[in-house]
Amino acid sequence: MGEPRFLRPISTPGADIGRAITFDAPLALDAGRELAPFTVAYMTYGVLNATRSNAVLACHALTGDQFAASSNPVTGKPGWWDTMIGPGKSIDTDRYFVICANVIGGCMGSTGPAEIDPATGTPYGLAFPLVTVRDMVRAQAMLLDALGIEKLLCVIGGSMGGMQVLQWAATYPERVVSAVPIACAARHSAQNIALHEVGRQAIMADPDWRGGAYQRDDTQPAKGLSVARMAAHITYLSEAALQRKFGRNLQNRDSVSFAFRPDFQIESYLHYQGAAFVDRFDANSYLYITRAMDYFDLAADYGGVLADAFRGTQTRFCIISFSSDWLFPTLGNKQIAHALNAAAANVSFVEIATDRGHDAFLLDEPEMFAAIRGFLTSVSSSRGIV
Amino acid sequence: MSARAKSLRPDLAIIAEMIPGGARVLDVGCGDGELLEYLAAEKNVDGRGIELSQQNVNACVARGLSVVQGDADTDLSEYPSQVFDIVILSQTIQATHSPRAVLTHLLRIGKRTIVSFPNFGHWRVRFSLLLRGRMPNTTALGYAWYDTPNIHLCTIADFTALVREARGSIEKAYALNEEGHTRAMRPDAWGPNLFAEGAIFMLSAGGSAGA
Repeated sequence: MGEPRFLRPISTPGADIGRAITFDAPLALDAGRELAPFTVAYMTYGVLNATRSNAVLACHALTGDQFAASSNPVTGKPGWWDTMIGPGKSIDTDRYFVICANVIGGCMGSTGPAEIDPATGTPYGLAFPLVTVRDMVRAQAMLLDALGIEKLLCVIGGSMGGMQVLQWAATYPERVVSAVPIACAARHSAQNIALHEVGRQAIMADPDWRGGAYQRDDTQPAKGLSVARMAAHITYLSEAALQRKFGRNLQNRDSVSFAFRPDFQIESYLHYQGAAFVDRFDANSYLYITRAMDYFDLAADYGGVLADAFRGTQTRFCIISFSSDWLFPTLGNKQIAHALNAAAANVSFVEIATDRGHDAFLLDEPEMFAAIRGFLTSVSSSRGIV
Repeated sequence: MSARAKSLRPDLAIIAEMIPGGARVLDVGCGDGELLEYLAAEKNVDGRGIELSQQNVNACVARGLSVVQGDADTDLSEYPSQVFDIVILSQTIQATHSPRAVLTHLLRIGKRTIVSFPNFGHWRVRFSLLLRGRMPNTTALGYAWYDTPNIHLCTIADFTALVREARGSIEKAYALNEEGHTRAMRPDAWGPNLFAEGAIFMLSAGGSAGA
């Protein structure tokens, strides 16, 4: 166990950088290759109780990281789920021990394409094996083994985090007391794969990508990664929210410029989002993690019958979707609920009415907080956790 | 009946009494979860709910109940057979599009099925139509004809016939009066069909209908 190494410099000295465990045992990947050694960087919040029964695993989304509820030492920004996790919050760290780990393939201390390949002594780049959501979950399971945690009171996450939750419930049902997949789907849709491919092609079309070996030349495909982020960011919002926040408002001017400057506030907002992303994220990691999401199709591993992924499960589920989320629409979330019903599982399904689109799971949504608080309280009471 | 049961709506209180402790229960049309919450707290029931209104569902989940947003007409088919000890359809069958299909699914999903509904054979209903020539608007049926969700109203005799057609058996039947009192009844007798405001049936699958 040691300190994680980050790709980018720490901006806030003194911030809690969390921990990292390096495993010498290989991680057997779905791609048929093995990753060894590999490192998982993680953060914990709250205290593990004596019976080790109050552990909650929070799974992060595509560009998230382990800093769910504390200041990110690289960006200096609050944790991505600071509104959800903390003392007295829905995931109450006075009651629960919360673990959040950077996914395999990521770029915040867990092994990914930017790390040094022990076989060559240079960064992996495209030599890094393709990873899947199931590989991410396997690595998390090994982390929990190392931490001495057998059962999780709850696995929770949104978007790609929700995919990990479903994978956890299917692969390790005996380790998962309850599961909260939010704003996700049991498989990535054609539309979502298409959107990811646009982002990947933007990165790979940037001359500075250099076949994935940009670290060798101490550069990065900043333009390509920025465009990928700009395009993706639109998909995280709803048309109504964009209209409400930006409309056709102009940025620092009274009339249009008749040029290709960012005249509109929405343009300047996207430029900012793209630039900020490049400062914190690795382009190859973006390629790998988007691919992992594309490959996610839980039913495919169970003969095409999603219910068979959950047959006989004792896990309690709470599925949450958002009415204006067009990236992971309510229908796809509801299909998970239908499959769980068909497997006679214990399932709740909540759709939150909001115009904030997919990103709503990261925002202040009181009905989501109330549902998760009520669900977790009920689950923990039934397990005798006070 | 416990103090807590007395605070339940009268028809729900009698339903609660019919449910054995520790049973696995599906409440179809569970509303804001009043009955499920009571059953979980007082009878250690493993309860689930289906509810049409998303607002009600969200309130149920925030109270720690296992409830999904769904429609009895379309979503019951996905449930496997005989997985619940008791399936409840309380004051909902008259609002479904296909009461017969719904009842058939309930009998399939549950080992026992409890159905409660307002009795359209009640004398006030008959009186309203017969003498006033107006669609009834009574306490149990408090809607105008043009905005009622109750599209498939029936009498106790009608429901008894439907149970027979769906190959269900009537195990218990209760008449519910205006004051909220219940008493056991013979479902094929003319008295309850004329004087009961509502009825509660406990059914099981298979066999012919009988009291």
